[in-house]
Amino acid sequence: MSNLTSLGYDDVNVGDELPELVVPLTATLITATAIATRDYQDVHHDRELAQAKGSPDIFMNILTSNGLVGRLVTDWAGPETELRKVAIRLGAPNYPGDTMTLTGKVTAKADGLVEVSVVGANKLGNHVTGTVTVALPGGAA
Amino acid sequence: MTNVEETDAKAAFLAQLKEFEGVHAESGVVALDPVNGPMIRHWAETMGDKNPVYTDPEFAKSTHFGGIVAPATMLQVWIMRGLQTGVATADSPVQKLYDLIVEAGFGSVVATNCEQEYVRPLRLDEVVEYDQMIETVSEEKTTGLGTGHFITTLTNIYVPAEDGERALVGTHRFRILRYTPHKRKPKEPARPPRPRRVVNRDSAPFWDGIDEEKLLIQRCTECQTLRLPFGPGCNNCASLEWDTIEAAGGGTIYSHVTMHYPKFPAFDMPYAVALIELDEGVRTLSNIVGIPHDEVRIGMRVAMEFVQHDADLKLPVFRPVEQEA
Repeated sequence: MSNLTSLGYDDVNVGDELPELVVPLTATLITATAIATRDYQDVHHDRELAQAKGSPDIFMNILTSNGLVGRLVTDWAGPETELRKVAIRLGAPNYPGDTMTLTGKVTAKADGLVEVSVVGANKLGNHVTGTVTVALPGGAA
Repeated sequence: MTNVEETDAKAAFLAQLKEFEGVHAESGVVALDPVNGPMIRHWAETMGDKNPVYTDPEFAKSTHFGGIVAPATMLQVWIMRGLQTGVATADSPVQKLYDLIVEAGFGSVVATNCEQEYVRPLRLDEVVEYDQMIETVSEEKTTGLGTGHFITTLTNIYVPAEDGERALVGTHRFRILRYTPHKRKPKEPARPPRPRRVVNRDSAPFWDGIDEEKLLIQRCTECQTLRLPFGPGCNNCASLEWDTIEAAGGGTIYSHVTMHYPKFPAFDMPYAVALIELDEGVRTLSNIVGIPHDEVRIGMRVAMEFVQHDADLKLPVFRPVEQEA
């Protein structure tokens, strides 16, 4: 986040596209974020055990996907943004060596809240699809 | 199991799982750590999230938040149980449900959905607690990953309120798939076949006998001398005339060696090779089966049997028999 100014409710229109967030998926990122989210499931840091469970490699945990989806929206709308709802569904796993590109689009404005539709795609397909609802300054009371 | 039995077993298992639906699995479980600056900073650092409301007190004070707030999407982080106990606390119904499913062979787990609503941001030093309910357990489903059951839980997260009550700060609906991965083809290198038989005009009748599970011994029709392996003429009288008799299959180990090296991938190393003196009086080379290679002894009584190594290779081998008293 380089821009410390925040978007207001009136600055946003349905159809607006968010700046994309490109996330290089390193084993370090996948492991570090798993630990920072207190997720010690072996499939997020131990390749051998991940493979024993049928996965080709370690993969990103859902708490991190959730965090990055939230970051996409707050990076765009600024530090005054208040997330109200994040609903995500995971598809293709985020494996090391891949890149995930998160994109978002404003799909609705109602009752002072802005709804953003988010997709995070890697080379296997959509890793995450979801909807984020935010309150922006001048919007919700 | 027959298909009917399998269907019945699955139905019974599903009924067992369905009993967990609607169960209030946890109540008032207190977070291990209060909402705190270091965990927020580590989270923001690994996520690459530079939003200063999470880490910069001065800046945060200037916003409508009025001070540091935790990233909303850290909601679940505060209630994670860490390395020792996993997501659920021990002996909880959720853990019992997981154990049941793992016992049924669905040992892998992946989170598929997360739906969080935030009533208000969490602030430093707040200690959250949560209640958890098992919402749904799906029937057996097959996905790209494998076959298993989806489990959806709803977790309500609270902070203590002044009146001794609790204030809801967020809800967290979480769906995981407990599954058996699709079988992958084993990556073991294909084992090379054993060496092929050497068949020529002299030995062909011998191998024809083997295919019929008969060990044939050549017999000179002039002097009745037996010989093995097959050859064109009699070593005793040089006659080229011969017929065969069928070995009865009994014999005695005359000598033996154990093959350790080189390690032929077609063989189970090490293995015993023995010179067996057949009861008919001739000797033949073969493998000893049925006992460890280092228990093979000279003088052991053995009996012949046949091993089909592959479609094109049947061979006689010898197995020790009980010594007659």
